[in-house]
Amino acid sequence: MNPIYASRRRSDLIIRTLCWVAAGVGLTWLTLILFSLLWNGLAGLNVTLFTQSTPPPGAETGGLANAIVGSIMLTSLGVAIGAPLGLLAGTWLAEYGRHDRLADVIRFINDILLSAPSIIIGLFVYGFIVVPLGGFSGLAGAVALAVIVIPVVVRTTENMLTLVPNTLREAASALGMPRSLVIRRVAYRAARAGIITGILLATARVAGETAPLLFTALSNQFWSLDLFRPLANLPVTINNFVQSPYAYWKQLAWSGALLITLAVLALNIAARLIGGERTSK
Amino acid sequence: MMTMAVAAENLPEATPAANRASALGGFRRSDTLFYWATRLAALTVLALLGGIIISLVIGALPALREFGFSFLTTQRWAPQLEPTPVMGALGPIYGTLLSSFIAMLIAVPVGLGIAIFLTELCPMKLRRPIALAIELLAGIPSIIYGMWGFFVLGPFLADTFQPFMIATFGAIPYLGAVFAGPPSQLSLFNASLVLAIMILPFITAISCDVFATVPPVLKEAAYGVGCTTWEVVRRVVIPHTRVGVIGGVMLALGRALGETMAVTFIIGNSFKITGSIFSPGTTISAAIASEFAESADLHQSGLILLGLLLFVLTFVVLAAARIMLARLERKQGN
Repeated sequence: MNPIYASRRRSDLIIRTLCWVAAGVGLTWLTLILFSLLWNGLAGLNVTLFTQSTPPPGAETGGLANAIVGSIMLTSLGVAIGAPLGLLAGTWLAEYGRHDRLADVIRFINDILLSAPSIIIGLFVYGFIVVPLGGFSGLAGAVALAVIVIPVVVRTTENMLTLVPNTLREAASALGMPRSLVIRRVAYRAARAGIITGILLATARVAGETAPLLFTALSNQFWSLDLFRPLANLPVTINNFVQSPYAYWKQLAWSGALLITLAVLALNIAARLIGGERTSK
Repeated sequence: MMTMAVAAENLPEATPAANRASALGGFRRSDTLFYWATRLAALTVLALLGGIIISLVIGALPALREFGFSFLTTQRWAPQLEPTPVMGALGPIYGTLLSSFIAMLIAVPVGLGIAIFLTELCPMKLRRPIALAIELLAGIPSIIYGMWGFFVLGPFLADTFQPFMIATFGAIPYLGAVFAGPPSQLSLFNASLVLAIMILPFITAISCDVFATVPPVLKEAAYGVGCTTWEVVRRVVIPHTRVGVIGGVMLALGRALGETMAVTFIIGNSFKITGSIFSPGTTISAAIASEFAESADLHQSGLILLGLLLFVLTFVVLAAARIMLARLERKQGN
């Protein structure tokens, strides 16, 4: 064979093999993580996990009930605050600000906030809410999560509204509908699936966030639903239990991690089923 | 969306001619109201950024006044020292940059390799499931990676990989210092590896998206004149998407720099710079995560100053990433 062909084929073969190896190694590695999570998490999965509160140091019974409830409260409150704000802001970007310089700036800043380190958000909320209120509280944790939700929802809402064909808006306007009704009655309905997908993805994103809760919601060893006191939640509980010396606490950390992962996966899958396919990063 | 629908129901019907004037007035009012509601919400995005910067600067002021520029050049971290505490960011900055660098060194080639595999080599039937699995993995919370690293990977590395590297390279001058022992379950290298595994799905997902922007015609033409797969990737796909790939990689870098939970458990929280990647270290975010809740006064202010440094660092990286990705989008639009 022509030596040039031979060398071209050789380098092609090498690269292709490397790509196969990369895919193999990467996927095995990630499966390994999921497998050890399942293996260790399932070992501690039982009813007491959902019925009892977190145990005191050294105890051999106890569950995660207070942390699970706290996490659900924090996540839903965070989304309840962040999603409407994000929805409205995304609406402005897509419907009113298409040719506005200000919209470009907001879009850029939003993209930065989208991937800003979450621990910085924690510091921000600490300074703006925890210090003035005089202590750690569930409310501060929810606000921190809301700050993370907003950019995600802004981004997906804007993208989804931009995909709505302008002919729909023109037809509605031609019937004499005022602008805000065109948006609410026509554009929102056309983009509904995508917008809901965005909110679900944002929920999945904050459901496992730990860093912003470390010094906002803190954690609570006892059963409490008070939003103005430290609130137990799964991520921070896991964080505390992982580094503890007690075997039972470590077991609870694995089980809690499994619960979070399952919840996040379920939300992600639901988002994809509703949205049809992937919508935004 | 619900509240808006309710508000819309309250609007008067426009059909009866007598009510027309009041109906139009109602429309105008709700139009203005809606416009300002959305505009204010959009402005809160700006306010958030402003609030973050202001709160960090205010919080960091005491430390900034106390230490000034020496904060950047001091290695010692002794916030409880009497009578005057000493705090320097050199250790965390070094740890942040080094761990992100090692993580990128591992994750970028592997991530790009998987992306090339998925877009060019993988059997069609497997593409969707694998791509979906990778995207789902990109959504797993970082604390999961962190605790896996702490319980599983750390002990494994300390027993196998680290002794091997120390035995192989330890005796070579210069290089030996990088791999100096003893093996440790808590080290910069272990944290970097967890970080690499965590950003791997992210890099893959974003590169797949970027590679998908190459018009099929270009690739088909290249295959048509007899190019091998590697030549198509190197001469067509990569040149066409270079800006986007770099943007995606920098986005991943921004993530790695600010990542907290994946590294905190496993990095060892030592502010000392040893030069060996197998010794404990710390990153800015790990330092904040492990000390902030129990800190006060000047110590806390120093941690906030660290946070400010991290924010500036990631802001620059992320801004550059977004500008590059926007350039790819514009190119695609033309």
